[in-house]
Amino acid sequence: MNITELVVVLVTIGIVFAGVMTFVGYGSLLERKISAWVQDRIGPNRVGFDLNQPILGLFKGFFGLGQPLADGVKFFLKEEFIPKNVDKVFYFLAPAVALSTAMIAFAVVPFGSTSVVPPLVDNRIDLAVSQPNPNYQHRVYPRTHGELDKIRAANPFRSEILDQARNQNPNIELPKVAGFDLGRSEVRFGIAPHLDIGVLFVFAVSSLAVYGVVLAGWSSNSKYSLFGALRASAQLISYEIPMGMSILVVVFMVGSLNLQAIVEFQARHTWFIVYQPLGCLLFLTAIFAECNRLPFDLPECEQELVGGYHTEYSSMKFACFMMGEYTHMVTTSFLLVAMFFGGWNIPFLVTQDFPGGALGWGAKLVVFCGKMVAVIAFFMLVRWSLLRFRFDQLMGLAWKGLMTLGILNTVGAVVILQTRPLGELSLWLLPAWSVIALLAVTGYSMTRPKAPNRFRTGIKRVDQRLPSHQELVGNRV
Amino acid sequence: MAINTNEVTWVEPPQLGILDQLYLPAIAGGMATAFKHLLETVTGTGPEPTQQYPEEKPKLPPHYRGLHRLNRDEEGRVKCVACYMCSTACPAHCIDIVAAPSPWKDREKYPETFVIDELRCIYCGMCEQACPVDAIELTSIFDLTGLSREQMIFNKEKLLGVFDETVRKGTDPIRTHTGKLGPASEPAEGGLTESSSAQS
Repeated sequence: MNITELVVVLVTIGIVFAGVMTFVGYGSLLERKISAWVQDRIGPNRVGFDLNQPILGLFKGFFGLGQPLADGVKFFLKEEFIPKNVDKVFYFLAPAVALSTAMIAFAVVPFGSTSVVPPLVDNRIDLAVSQPNPNYQHRVYPRTHGELDKIRAANPFRSEILDQARNQNPNIELPKVAGFDLGRSEVRFGIAPHLDIGVLFVFAVSSLAVYGVVLAGWSSNSKYSLFGALRASAQLISYEIPMGMSILVVVFMVGSLNLQAIVEFQARHTWFIVYQPLGCLLFLTAIFAECNRLPFDLPECEQELVGGYHTEYSSMKFACFMMGEYTHMVTTSFLLVAMFFGGWNIPFLVTQDFPGGALGWGAKLVVFCGKMVAVIAFFMLVRWSLLRFRFDQLMGLAWKGLMTLGILNTVGAVVILQTRPLGELSLWLLPAWSVIALLAVTGYSMTRPKAPNRFRTGIKRVDQRLPSHQELVGNRV
Repeated sequence: MAINTNEVTWVEPPQLGILDQLYLPAIAGGMATAFKHLLETVTGTGPEPTQQYPEEKPKLPPHYRGLHRLNRDEEGRVKCVACYMCSTACPAHCIDIVAAPSPWKDREKYPETFVIDELRCIYCGMCEQACPVDAIELTSIFDLTGLSREQMIFNKEKLLGVFDETVRKGTDPIRTHTGKLGPASEPAEGGLTESSSAQS
């Protein structure tokens, strides 16, 4: 790694961090606005950028866009209260863990087109879906992993792949901004966009976030915090499994865990929501649980646990948890968009090669981020539509419902992809299978006997023999 | 006392159909409702219960019990006859009156000082009901603020000022009494009575 590369990476990290943190701030404003609108209210609309100076009166109000700024200042200025009997080391460590794991998970998430570099797609899988599109033949696909390793060993920065591509096809167009060869310098919409274990990395790191929660709950020395942490750990571990299962078929079809490759695959074929509606539904449900969003916000439900695992936190440490949570939401929303909603792709409007050049890069960035914001708005709308689950219902949904569906979906899809009973049309068996699996599991669940109503059985038992007051207390007095 | 179990009726939840068991149609319906409200609020077609408060004052009913005022009569004098009925009726003991012989011929006494501690007041309106001459009234001024406790103690001048302000703004409260008032509000026949002249 030379110094230029290092600087590029650091600058990217800086920009991404600033961008994500800004979005986190405005995400909280969006959350409050949507909450307000759903409830026929107006929401924050007072804090503008006038800073109480009459000369800046034009910026007064401004739809409350100054609110995140004011919130941030408030968090910094609030009293940093540390309860007496907390375990100091872990108490301080927990918010750091929560925020840093969320930020690290964001590292591999692409938020725009990073694909001057050819996607690292194994063509065998490509063949399994359809014949390689001749329009993309000018892109270099390493045919084997050996070839891939060779290319990588030759140049760790990948720009040499472009040179190879140019050698093979001199007509290849590389995007340029102001005469600056983007292909060579590898402008990146993502900190480490070419990580081949992308999805796996996100899952691995984001499940580390539970450590922040558990540490916070344990070190706070408060029963509410501990309950919240217990719930969070059980919930996050349970929902990891359906989350992983839901994307298996996507990974099978693309043949790569690289998010960039998954997006490009969808740009060439169809969005995975079409092939994998059930997988998308499972993933969506799982990320709701992973982000502790309603209807799965048991770790921090106010009515039962005060604040859950962050009950004892105040000031910026509390804000760290909040920012970590919102960052988590952003990450998972990007993942959802990248894996099921085509990433930067809009059919016929924003595709692999159109619009070209800087316009294309900008359009892809806007489309990708726009889809992400739409998913987050959906998150917030769901919050006001659904009720919170009871904890046993939460566990039942994960282990009995989602996991069964995940297994059925995966097995069925693999069988379809391998046997291909209808030839080219076999892919359309996938959504059909999704519906069948969903209906089958639901139908089966209806045949199961209901859980006994313990209140009713209690009444019945009393009915049979009602003990008299004498029997209950008479002998003891 | 325990509930008599014979009186307990268990209502079984209805059997769910496959669509209910799927949850998805119900979720979609709920989200449609939420989204409808969101759209209505954003486009401004829905109910808009929010008032933009400091710019947009609420329209309070005229019988609202807010800040007190001391009424003036036609000649601009304080209407109060210092009968102490309001301070006697006051459950919070927030009215303090010092009576003095009236300088005017139509009454015996007038309040030399008339002080209401607005922090102690519970705004029950009993002073208003007790007053025989409709001298004290509660206005619809609700946004009463002060920087110190002293500022919240309203003397006669301040209370008369409230009267002037409400008259100017046309936010007079509804009179407690209607028609002819009690004898104390009427000018004494033939000028001053003996007792009042003896006092003066």
